Amino acid sequence: MATIQIPTPLRTYTNGETEITIKGNTVGEALHDLTTQHVALKQHLYNEDGKLRAFVNIFVDGDDVRHLNGESTAINADSSLRIVPSVAGGLVYQHTINMRKSQ
Amino acid sequence: MTTSTLNSPEYHAVHIPATRSLEASVGNTPLVRLRHVTREVPKSVQIYAKTEWTNPGGSVKDRAALFIIRDAEKSGHLTPGMTLLDSTSGNMGISYATFAAARGYQVTLCLPDNVSPERKKTLQALGAELIFTDAMEGSDGAIIQAREMVAQNPDKYYYADQYNNPSSWHGHYHTTGPEIIDQTQNRITHFLCGLGTSGTMMGAGRYMKEHDDKIKIIAIQPEGPFHGIEGLKHMESSIKPGFYDEHLPDTHLPIRTEDALDMTRRLAREEGLLVGISSGAAAFAAVESAKTLKEGVIVTIFCDNGYKYLSDRLWTDGND
Repeated sequence: MATIQIPTPLRTYTNGETEITIKGNTVGEALHDLTTQHVALKQHLYNEDGKLRAFVNIFVDGDDVRHLNGESTAINADSSLRIVPSVAGGLVYQHTINMRKSQ
Repeated sequence: MTTSTLNSPEYHAVHIPATRSLEASVGNTPLVRLRHVTREVPKSVQIYAKTEWTNPGGSVKDRAALFIIRDAEKSGHLTPGMTLLDSTSGNMGISYATFAAARGYQVTLCLPDNVSPERKKTLQALGAELIFTDAMEGSDGAIIQAREMVAQNPDKYYYADQYNNPSSWHGHYHTTGPEIIDQTQNRITHFLCGLGTSGTMMGAGRYMKEHDDKIKIIAIQPEGPFHGIEGLKHMESSIKPGFYDEHLPDTHLPIRTEDALDMTRRLAREEGLLVGISSGAAAFAAVESAKTLKEGVIVTIFCDNGYKYLSDRLWTDGND
């Protein structure tokens, strides 16, 4: 099954999981499955109208889905998805530093 | 000395002597009144913004960077031949590189690889060495990288550590705070600014409280840990900067990224102020705060201008 990588600021809502296996034939279906597995993620990814929030970037195998077919972009069992933050600064997470220290 | 007063904002030719160096032009940034995005604000409430991009390095970070470099030289921690090292998402790096170039120091910066292309190119143009870290790890990946490099080569690097270096907030205590008191002629009633390293808030806010404890201090931060307001930090889920005192602000306001983006576009199109997204967040918070007042003078900080964000979708997506 396809996988999706979770950036540090959202790991609070995935019990610290960094990579999650997801079901679906499209990016939209995969994200629906992700937010069903981890309900708390939904409000951070989608706005009230059910659209992806402006600063949420979804990449499939290295390509931004905005340059593909958006949430209709097809995926397969080997696809590797990433949620990439649009912000580069201002995020410092204790749990990540602790994780790195313990490695 | 101010170049104009709040009551006579029209142009006055003033003698500004040539400065001995670029560093002498840091600070004393103009304070500009917002007049158009404030339509729903009572007329007896005024909102002003410090236009920090008028610093030579293009952002508020010039103040902290300059104090950090000067203090490190005075204490002997930064000596000729050493390389200044820190983690940054861009603006602080640009300020370090600006002053280090003129002082003859090398600069090495660790930064997440999703920083905007404008910032990468600016830093490279200023001669900084860039070490890119995984965007998925955010700033913490960059901080860890910087710490590892210092540990391996302690004699080579001066680790500026903007999140914990007290010179960071001292810069604002000695410059930003006094300037605002002077520019408003002691009329300021509310000081509002975003939290990143929190240096601006801790320095300028502390100065104002000591000057007049009736001045209300308002801190803004993103509503949650995953957001799109570059430079601001969601403190609850973060390592607190060493000098951050959460009790200094009287109020903490959470800001939605969508509101910040919308106000950033409005500032450009209604005020002619092309500013960064954190300035949009500050203006939105200032307007919302002003709506709750009967009278007052609110001052906020516009950290940088919008030229570093021109590749951002906020200018092409319209209202998100």
